[in-house]
Parts: sequence; structure tokens; C-alpha cells
Amino acid sequence: MRTEYKMGKATRLAYGEALTELGKQNPDIVVLDADLSKSTMSNRFQAELPERFFNIGIAEANMVSMAAGFASSGKIPFASSFATFLMSKGFDQMRQSIAYPNLNVKLCGSHSGISIGEDGPSQMGIEDVALACALPGFTVVVPADEIAVHKLLPQIVEHKGPVYIRTSRPKSAIVYDEQTDIVLGKANILRDGSDLTIAAMGLMVLEALKAADELEALGISARVVDFHTVKPIDKEMIIRCARETKAILSVEEHLLNGGLGSILSLVVTENAPVKMGFIGLDDYAESGTPDEMLDRYGLRAVNIVNKAQQILS
Amino acid sequence: MNLSVNELKLKAITIREEIVKMIAASQSGHPGGSLSAVEIVTALYFGGILKHDPAHPTLPERDRFILSKGHAAPVLYAAFAEAGYIDKALLPTLRKLGSPLQGHPDKRKLPFLEASTGSLGQGISLANGMAQAARLNNETHQMFVLIGDGESDEGQIWEAAMYAGHHRLDNVNVILDMNGYQLDDSNTHILNLEPITDKWKAFNWNVIDVDGHDMAAVVKALAAAKAHTGSPTVVIARTVKGQGVSFMENNNKFHGVAPTEDELKQALSELEQQRATLS
Repeated sequence: MRTEYKMGKATRLAYGEALTELGKQNPDIVVLDADLSKSTMSNRFQAELPERFFNIGIAEANMVSMAAGFASSGKIPFASSFATFLMSKGFDQMRQSIAYPNLNVKLCGSHSGISIGEDGPSQMGIEDVALACALPGFTVVVPADEIAVHKLLPQIVEHKGPVYIRTSRPKSAIVYDEQTDIVLGKANILRDGSDLTIAAMGLMVLEALKAADELEALGISARVVDFHTVKPIDKEMIIRCARETKAILSVEEHLLNGGLGSILSLVVTENAPVKMGFIGLDDYAESGTPDEMLDRYGLRAVNIVNKAQQILS
Repeated sequence: MNLSVNELKLKAITIREEIVKMIAASQSGHPGGSLSAVEIVTALYFGGILKHDPAHPTLPERDRFILSKGHAAPVLYAAFAEAGYIDKALLPTLRKLGSPLQGHPDKRKLPFLEASTGSLGQGISLANGMAQAARLNNETHQMFVLIGDGESDEGQIWEAAMYAGHHRLDNVNVILDMNGYQLDDSNTHILNLEPITDKWKAFNWNVIDVDGHDMAAVVKALAAAKAHTGSPTVVIARTVKGQGVSFMENNNKFHGVAPTEDELKQALSELEQQRATLS
């Protein structure tokens, strides 16, 4: 039986809209962008709250350190750019001026993964989660759909400390319903199952849900868990899944080294060793449509089904 | 704290003594770039430039000072001790395990610091953020950032300079400690900064060129920077690396090497002689 998932907004658009609403309620919120606000969608905030929007120009290092300056002055800065530019060009600034003094700065990297499509690998953020997770004190959040963005962003504003938020370029199918609680730091079971756990983040949550439908037809009961908060990771959920199912398969639109799978494996191997499998990227992709990217680089439900059968056999 | 020029000169000698003593005590640290910045830091903290209150170090209306060239931490720690932010007895613990006086300024250990620094190039950007926040809040305090000439190799310095110039952030003031050397060699051999005045002017900054060891001139330049409106100001302080200790002056060996016991004695004796000529 195949569940139908309604197409929703891109998480980057949901981010821009949710941030604007939060900005209207909280005068401490300021927004910075490095000349990509039409793409990161932080221009939604600019349109309504221009006095608290700062376009820094194409100067990510200056932007990230400026965000630290805003935070040390009591503001709650949200600085955005493409995931790759924000993380790669702003990393030293995040380390020295945000993580080390533990400042309350929020960073949003859009255009994550390979699903940005035609612009090609130079614009694809596939190392960002590993880099953000490497920084002590950072919270790292990867919302799967617009509902997750709207539920998590107010908690990110309330949270005192640095946060990295990863959004996607293409539209995201709705995988949550409005009634579900989505709590920072707590993973959500979106579908229960007993043979294996498919752990996913971002756009891969939808692929995991589709895979679970197909696995069911093959007689395999798959649990799907959305690890929207990659750091701090929900250890209890991982241990529970390791004990209640026979294997854990992680799926991420990110490099395998340092990504969700790496983080899960630390918890699993130390606390509740079970068989694991990992789906993700190991190299730079290429230009093509977003759909062609996910097909070609093995980030589809079919790949998850094959891998699940393999690790359970 | 608003000392006369002669009192400031005496204070500068005390700060130099504390710098060489603490670096000798830890047998680790950066004497050259700390000594070159002594008049600048003395004028800021004791010459009536920075609005600050050691009894209330996080007063919202204080002026902010960021030591972007974080390796000159000893000059800042000496000024903190002289002003009463920290106990003088802490100075010999510089760089030692458990000390709040980390090798480079660390906000986790000294919470009243405006920033943790050490990775070069970030101070002006931090000030830009603080400056825009102050504007939003209609606050009148000002930001002062001390950068190095070697540090000016960093691209972020120029990103931040372009931003502050474009947005006319006249609450941002930069002091460039132009001591002529960086770790490996002189600026002229590694990466020549000249014409430095023209560079900052081209970035739409108000530029003041000053002899960085002429105390009266430094105080005047910093006061002019603070009073200037309509654009950010950079004070280009022409300094000597290792100033005040003859064998350290323009001797780049002392970029990051501590004096020996004998060298410390000689340094302190020279500084004592300088004090005698003033009092």
C-alpha cells in the first residue's frame, strides 16, 4: 500500500516565512544575509521588517563575525547563505567568534545537498552538517518539511546558544501533520516497524517513508525516524531503535563522513551494537535536474529498499 | 580615569614592566607586538578615551574595546590589572594551567572581555555587528578595535572595512598598530601594506596618521577618532615592535619569544631609567 504525500513548500521558503512571523513578535531578532536573500528566502523578513535586515554583501566571513557582534549586544541574529558558502567561508568565524565564546547566533544554510540540481557541485552543501556538528555547543537542525520548520524555529529562537539550520531548495512533501509535537533534540517516529529502523533527515525522510511502504509489500516492517536534530542527537531514541529493531539504516543527502550515519554509529556501537547500513554521498555530484541528482546518486526509496534487504539478509 | 600626558607616560612604563615580567614568568608569549601597542592601550583606558568602569565592567553604555590582534593579550591584561578589572597578582599566571589569563583573550575565562580573539581578522566585523546593534537601540557608545599590520593581510579586514565605510559606521574606530613586522619577517618582505593611508581612504574611512609612541599625539588622535562623525575612523599608529626595551626594538626574534632572566633584568633596568627621566 502506498501512502500519498502532498507536496508542500520548500523548507527555505518556510524558513523565511516563519522567521518573519517570529520577527514581528520578538524585536531582538535581526537577520543577516550575504547577497543571497532571494534564494535563502530571508528576503521575506526584509520585506516586512527592513530596519532589522542587514545585507552584508558577498562577504560571509564578515557576516558571520558581525552576527557574533549582534549576539554579544543582546540581539538574536539569524545569518543565512547557501549551506556551502556559509559553512566553508564562515567556519573560522563560527569557531573563533561563536562556538568558542558560546554566543547566541543562529545560522541558516539553504541549498543543501545535491537536490539543488542544475547549478552543480560548487553550489551544493554536502559537508555542512559535519562541519556544524564538529563545533562544540552547536545545535544542528535539519527540518524535513514546512511543518517541522514552523514548529522548530520558535524553539530555536528560545534556545540560548548557537544553532545551525539546514534548508533545501526544492519543495518538500508534507511528512508531518499539524498535531504532531516536534521538539528540538527529540527524534520523531513517523512510522513504526519492527525489522529495521530507517533513520533520515531533511528530504530523505520522504524517501525513507516511501521505502517503508515498498518494504512492507516485501514483508519487511520498517520503522522510519526523523532525526531533525542531528546535534545533540537523541541518544535514547537511537538506543531504543537498536533494541527494538534488528538493524539501523541511515539515509542522508550529505557526505557519509561526519554526517548523520557517523553520529548514529557512535551511539549504536557504544550502547547497543546492531547491524547498520549507510546511504549518503561520497563524492561531488554534477549538474542535472534535482530528480536526476537523487536518482543518479542513489538517494531514492529504491536504494533504501535494496540496502535494507541487503543488511537484513 | 583621565590622566595627564606625563602620568600616562608613567603608566605606559608600568604596563611595559608588567608585560615583560608576565611573559618572563610564563616563559611564553608575544613581547614585540604587546610593547608596540602600549601607548595606544594606555591612552584608551587611562587617557579618557574609553568610557568604562572597572567596578561595573558590563555597563551597557560602556565603550567596547576589541583586541583583534589577540596575541598582544599581555598589554590588555596589564591594562586590566592597572585599571582594577583583575588582581595584579594574577599577571604571573599568564598562560599557566587554570589561569583566566589565557594565551589569547578568552571570554569564557574573563567574561567582561568584549570578544575572544586569536584567529586574526575578525575584530572589525565584530565591531560592525555591535555598531549596527547600537544604532538599532539608539545607543551612543562606540567600538574601538586594535588590529595589527600583519593581521591586515587577512581578507576579512577588508570585507569589514568596506562594510563599515559603506554604512558610515562612525561608531567604529580602528587603531592599526603599524609596527612593521609579522611573525616571519617585515611586512615589506612578506606582504607590503603601503600605501596604507590610501587604502583606508579608498574604503571611505576617515584616516588619522600618528606616531604611535607620542603619547600626547595618540590621545589627540583617539579623541579625534571618537569625535568624528559621518564615517568610521582608522588611526594608523606608526610604532616600533618591541618599543621601550632596546634589544627588543625592531628585533623580530621577540615576536613570540620570552626574555631570559638576564634579559628581563636588563629590560626592567631600562624601563626604570625611563621612569627616572619622567619623574
